[in-house]
Amino acid sequence: MANRFRGGVHPDDSKHTSKQAISGLQPAERLILSLSQHIGAPSRPEVSVGDRVLKYQPIASPGGFVSMALHAPTSGTVKAIEPAPHPSGRLVTAIIIEPDGLDEALDRTDKADPGLARSPENWKETIRDSGIVGMGGAAFPTHVKLSPPEDKPIDMIVANGVECEPYLTADHRLMLESPDEILGGLFLAMKIVGAKKAVVAIEANKPDAAEVMRKADLPEGVTVEVLPVMYPQGAEKQLIQALTGREVPTGGLPMDVGVVVQNVGTLATMNQAIKEGRPMVERVMTLGGPLPNGPGNYMVSIGTSLSHVVEQTGGLKGPAARLINGGPMMGQALAGLESPVTKGTSGLLAFGPGELRTLRQRACIRCGSCISVCPASLLPHTLGSMVEFRLFNQLREFNITDCIECGSCAFVCPADRNMVQFIRQGKAELLALAGK
Amino acid sequence: MSTVLAPSPHVRSSVTIETAMYGVIIALLPGALVGACFFGLNALKVMTISIIACLLFEAMVLKIRGMDMSPLKDGSAVLTGLLLAMNLPSNIPWWMVVMGAVVAIGIGKQVYGGLGYNPFNPALVARVFLLISFPVAMTSWPVPKPLSFSLDTITGATPLGAMKTSLMMEGNVGAAANMSLVDPLIGNMGGSLGEIGALALALGGIYLLVRKIITWHIPVSFLATVFGMTGIYWLINPELYAPPTFHLVTGGLMLGAFFMATDYVTSPVTGKGMVIFGVGCGVLTVFIRLFGGYPEGVSFAILLMNAATPIIDRYTRPRVFGYPTRKEARA
Repeated sequence: MANRFRGGVHPDDSKHTSKQAISGLQPAERLILSLSQHIGAPSRPEVSVGDRVLKYQPIASPGGFVSMALHAPTSGTVKAIEPAPHPSGRLVTAIIIEPDGLDEALDRTDKADPGLARSPENWKETIRDSGIVGMGGAAFPTHVKLSPPEDKPIDMIVANGVECEPYLTADHRLMLESPDEILGGLFLAMKIVGAKKAVVAIEANKPDAAEVMRKADLPEGVTVEVLPVMYPQGAEKQLIQALTGREVPTGGLPMDVGVVVQNVGTLATMNQAIKEGRPMVERVMTLGGPLPNGPGNYMVSIGTSLSHVVEQTGGLKGPAARLINGGPMMGQALAGLESPVTKGTSGLLAFGPGELRTLRQRACIRCGSCISVCPASLLPHTLGSMVEFRLFNQLREFNITDCIECGSCAFVCPADRNMVQFIRQGKAELLALAGK
Repeated sequence: MSTVLAPSPHVRSSVTIETAMYGVIIALLPGALVGACFFGLNALKVMTISIIACLLFEAMVLKIRGMDMSPLKDGSAVLTGLLLAMNLPSNIPWWMVVMGAVVAIGIGKQVYGGLGYNPFNPALVARVFLLISFPVAMTSWPVPKPLSFSLDTITGATPLGAMKTSLMMEGNVGAAANMSLVDPLIGNMGGSLGEIGALALALGGIYLLVRKIITWHIPVSFLATVFGMTGIYWLINPELYAPPTFHLVTGGLMLGAFFMATDYVTSPVTGKGMVIFGVGCGVLTVFIRLFGGYPEGVSFAILLMNAATPIIDRYTRPRVFGYPTRKEARA
């Protein structure tokens, strides 16, 4: 078994927070619950300004099939429904809740199925009603992923504990601290799609997590696979290739090769939702990078502002030169800390001036490094130059839409070219051309 | 202080254009040292003039183009200067070196837009220009005098040249082709600064491979093709064709295979393309050496293959992830 996907890079993994146990934070005085927490249509608010809400109470409903419900993380009052900061940098409508400190919860015993007596269909509804989205970063609604059409049988579920982004350790800690929650969710996912096999995939830089998972009570058909450390192994298609050798066809989904991938955090959240009736109102995130005084892994209520996370953990050592929402390879640069933790927030990284290499973009010298690391076997340098010189017509012929934007090409580029930015721009230009 | 809103990825490898360029320069030092040992002060003079002239012309053209001077520091002009010097005889008049630098930087590189845009290896463009324009000066090599620093020199032929002469005059490859390999290996033979000392050049090549500045594809396929093809001819008729080992260690083959053909800008970008490129360089080199009018063909071979690079790139695009393989597509 090769356990290998094509291409990839090996950035320094910088997992400095892997020894920090997950800890809680003092609640924030104001929660910003963005209506766009996921890929797909924004949610529709179900509460009005002035309403008192209880913990776990649904406050917004799905705005479409690919959309999610939203729940109050604690009890309090709806102060506003208005455009608010969002990690994307734009203002997005959010429900602003002022917690009352009582943390009074809605009784949801009727939603819980502790003995797992109900049907897999019913569990899937619970997942949808609990607002669960993929927690690895892309935030795709989980129930949609667990609903493959009948002509696409699923034989394997992959529990994604790879966590290949440098600095992030939230999934690592979760595997160490809550293996049974993850395996419970994995068992439910197997039942829902009727898969007989499942694999817990972990990169070799987390041997303790692999050890814990192996020693846990593994459901029948579940194995633990340790994979060599290589970015972007956590990307679904690359993970499937490494584990099974199967290649998800272009434009296709993992279900096309009989696989469903779920992040370990998502599985744990599913387990709580189905067995205890708890909707998704919190998540684990890593606060990392050289700048925070209190780097670590924190259980944070959805809607907590990033500034609150930073202040509660001791602030920053100095002025931030770069703030990243997520990991350093695919995460998004933030202008400030006003935006809230969303369901897809895997980490916040802060770097001071001079801690990241200053880039000076130059002409491509055709060294070919980007080609050898591209997991999609594209020609990133060609795509970049085509966009630079505005030759948009050929982008499709060079398969620009197959780019997963992992950033491996830019990582290795000796000319410091912003390949990912070029490719995003190229994709946007193609969309604009198609729209005409 | 405001934060930087740069696109991802936010971390980059430490490899830069400078790493690659200065890496190649370091790898060239053993070969350059051998040149200096056998040709003395003249060799140092040619190298110094060539590097300084390349930097000066680079600066001039950047100034004319209204650009900032930062490309001067990327190492590419220094490397072109050093490579050009390695391609010249040590007794070449200084003004020819300067002309070579003008051609390399001006016509070879900046005319197309500078580093990254040139279709041909600039140092080779200059070498071939000088070879065609000043054939006598470019083919009168001083006889090597180990560790002698006198400036007057006696000129003689290279082993490849002696072989060609013998073939034409006597009808056989003669003594040169069957000489001991020790002298060409250590550098004790006639030739351009970087043509002698196959061992030192190969050492530099191995350094480039170890540091992953180049991959094996081009040098191995180039050298193997030359070795294999000349081996076949030699087996057929050793009277007319020199042994493959002779071809491997003489002339500009080592310099060409490790340092010139591997130039990123002018060679293909995929492994498969590089192998095709290396084989092409080898085939052309052998044909020119065995049947052409020039005793040596490495520079012409590489330049011709530089011209073929775009078409090689076009036909060696990798199969994109998630698309059927050629076999699957046929089925």
